[in-house]
Amino acid sequence: MVNNIKARLVRDVFFKSAICLFAFISLLPLFLILYYITKNGIAVINWDFLTSLPRPIGETGGGVFNAIVGTLILIVLSSVLSIPCGIAAGIYLAENKTGRLSNSIRLSVIVLQGTPSIVIGIIAYLWIVGPLKSFSALSGGIALAIMMLPVIVKTTEETLKLVPYHLKEASLALGVPYYRTLLKVVLPSGMSGILTGILLSVARITGETAPLLFTAFGNQFMNINIFKPIDSLPYRIFYYAMSPYPEWHSFAWGASFVLVVLTLSLNLIARGISAKWKIQF
Amino acid sequence: MIRQSKKLTRHIDRSERAFTFILTLSGGFIVLLLLGVLGTLFINAIPAIREFGVFFFIARTWNAASETFGALPFLVGTLATSFLALLISIPFSIAISLLLGEYYKNGVVSGFLRSAVEVLAGIPSVIYGLWGLFLLMPGVRFIEMQIGVAPQGVGILTSSLILAIMIIPFSASIGREVITLVPGDLKEAAYSLGATRFEVIRNIVIPYARSGIIAGILLALGRAIGETMAVTMLIGNSNFLPTSIFSPANTMASVIANEFAEATGVTSASLIYVALVLFFVTIIVNIAGAYVIQKLSIESSREVT
Amino acid sequence: MENTVLTVEGFSACFGDQKILHNVDLTVQKNVVAALMGPSGCGKTTLIRCINRMHELIPGASVSGKMSLLNEDIYAMQPIILRRKVGMVFQKPNPFPTMSIYENVVAGYKLNGIKMPKSEMDGIVEQSLRKAALWNEVKDTLHRKGTFLSGGQQQRLCIARALAMNPEIILFDEPTSALDPKSTAQIEELFVELKKSVTMLLVTHNIGQAARVSDFTAFIYLGKLIEFGPTEKMFTVPKDKLTEEYLTGKFG
Repeated sequence: MVNNIKARLVRDVFFKSAICLFAFISLLPLFLILYYITKNGIAVINWDFLTSLPRPIGETGGGVFNAIVGTLILIVLSSVLSIPCGIAAGIYLAENKTGRLSNSIRLSVIVLQGTPSIVIGIIAYLWIVGPLKSFSALSGGIALAIMMLPVIVKTTEETLKLVPYHLKEASLALGVPYYRTLLKVVLPSGMSGILTGILLSVARITGETAPLLFTAFGNQFMNINIFKPIDSLPYRIFYYAMSPYPEWHSFAWGASFVLVVLTLSLNLIARGISAKWKIQF
Repeated sequence: MIRQSKKLTRHIDRSERAFTFILTLSGGFIVLLLLGVLGTLFINAIPAIREFGVFFFIARTWNAASETFGALPFLVGTLATSFLALLISIPFSIAISLLLGEYYKNGVVSGFLRSAVEVLAGIPSVIYGLWGLFLLMPGVRFIEMQIGVAPQGVGILTSSLILAIMIIPFSASIGREVITLVPGDLKEAAYSLGATRFEVIRNIVIPYARSGIIAGILLALGRAIGETMAVTMLIGNSNFLPTSIFSPANTMASVIANEFAEATGVTSASLIYVALVLFFVTIIVNIAGAYVIQKLSIESSREVT
Repeated sequence: MENTVLTVEGFSACFGDQKILHNVDLTVQKNVVAALMGPSGCGKTTLIRCINRMHELIPGASVSGKMSLLNEDIYAMQPIILRRKVGMVFQKPNPFPTMSIYENVVAGYKLNGIKMPKSEMDGIVEQSLRKAALWNEVKDTLHRKGTFLSGGQQQRLCIARALAMNPEIILFDEPTSALDPKSTAQIEELFVELKKSVTMLLVTHNIGQAARVSDFTAFIYLGKLIEFGPTEKMFTVPKDKLTEEYLTGKFG
């Protein structure tokens, strides 16, 4: 009997140690990835790397300035295309909790959110690149917008559902029309949550490569015309990583460092907003 | 005064209607977008569907030169990489969910672990691919040399390893949520009978949270199936049917990434056909996962009230 | 009658097939506090929500009978115009969390997009806060968020918000039931002060409160107006047996 209890306690301790060990092992890749990005990335990053264009192989130096600009343009494009529609659809869902259209929208959001990014790339290709007969920043922006849209709809709906009904009542009782109540009272009350959702989705699409492969494509020159192919950090990383040249490999690490800093700071800002601007009801 | 107020209300009525219209339009647009995606894929895949029909999925030759296309190698590649990745990731994600949902619900350990997992989830796919190319690939190549298979380094095993790392955060975060939902009084009842923590976890927590853990695994599977960049960089881009877990191969997503930009005619239609199937598979997996989670949250909210 | 602010004649209200109010008649004079009391669920809240037509937000609501504000048919008016003339203060203090104290007071103008010179707006804010007996407490922190105030201060802020619109009548829906006794006393004192400038209709399930602050009291039971008259008279010589039982605590 005493032995039995001992065995049970040993098993208990053993299990906990195993769990801790497994959890630790699964964090190992994270540290390795961050370590490699930092070590290899810092080695190539300097002012020149951030502000000059890629050079052909054989010439030393060069950088990722066009990729940084391209990524920013793609972010702006996809945000402009997805945010208004996403927020409006989110308000619709928060206002219409049941109903056929609401249920269809919710189902569509789930499906679109799970759609592989490469499939969205094909769609943007067929819709924009094909008819316009050219790879373009616009098509890349549309692909990324399709990826952002479901996230924005979902966070808007969930945030607005948390806004207490008595605030809406207070506004309506002042003779404020329903639409102005939604725009001026309900929406501002949920703004920090919606902003957090938007920033998180921007952070996600900033690192997306697959939808850009046959839309924005890539461009070793500087371009700010949205109807022309445009470079982006993730595409540049892919391009350099798959090349046979060691110098380009180190550039890939440098670009990765820039990209990780960008996405992690977006994540941090998003978290900061949701903590700082949280509205007390 | 009365006339003025009539004018005002007419104006407000109009704005009210316009606003409702915009909301409905935006909502309807989401549905149309999905239908548009489905329709576009289907219409553009028609030449390939007409040519190969359902045999597409059992034919093993993919040859652009002779325009014979069979998607079996990619189907096998996708299934092999995702299930292998799932298998590798399950113990780790369950360990993290138990640690965060049961052992250390809050405090320094859990805060650190949770933000680490979030960072892991936020790293772009292409960077996983880059890292895999320069660290994982030499490692796998070394193992292959030790056990005497062709030391290519890239292939199904390498891709599965990187996929496993990438999906752990997803199943772990859902697992954590469902494990924290396990009612405290159930656990207390077991403790009061003298059960150890391990026994409580095995007999109370895991059975109670089982369907939620499964939902997390399903959603992780959906991600693994659709994941493109890291796999494309590490799988070796081979259109032949893989023979072992060390073989280079292609998944449905990676073959599209590798070939679509240069494809024309039937090749392009066949790749779109592959995309259509990939889309359907992820839809099914995601809806199943979402359904389980929804049912779960309804059940738990019912217990509270 | 010259002095009548609100008249209710043969008024009934339903949600779906459930009848909440039966044939209610009520007249409220200018510059008085009229209390509606009765056990919870008797329909008193529904009655005041019918006055500013807030009940229409609930699907399935329907009414019959007549209600008029200053001889104008309430159900012939646009709800938006009506609600600007009828203020409302709710059970739970609900200042807008995104707005400062100042903005909260003039929320009725701001949210409706009514523009006015800043000096005029400053005037409205000070006057309304003074009337709500809040000015001295907040005059130095007008640009802080209204949600930093205590519960009682928040409720007085909501009263100021209603006063700022210069309403004909203010509806109070159990305004002190979420407050501590001290804040409750402050708000009750306020009623007496406010009576000089505005008509008030107060829903309460607190008999003592009705007795302390109101000039007229209506007793509502199971959706019917049982008795309506001067408060003093009703509390001393109730006409109806039900009223007497309620006042003596036999039920409710």
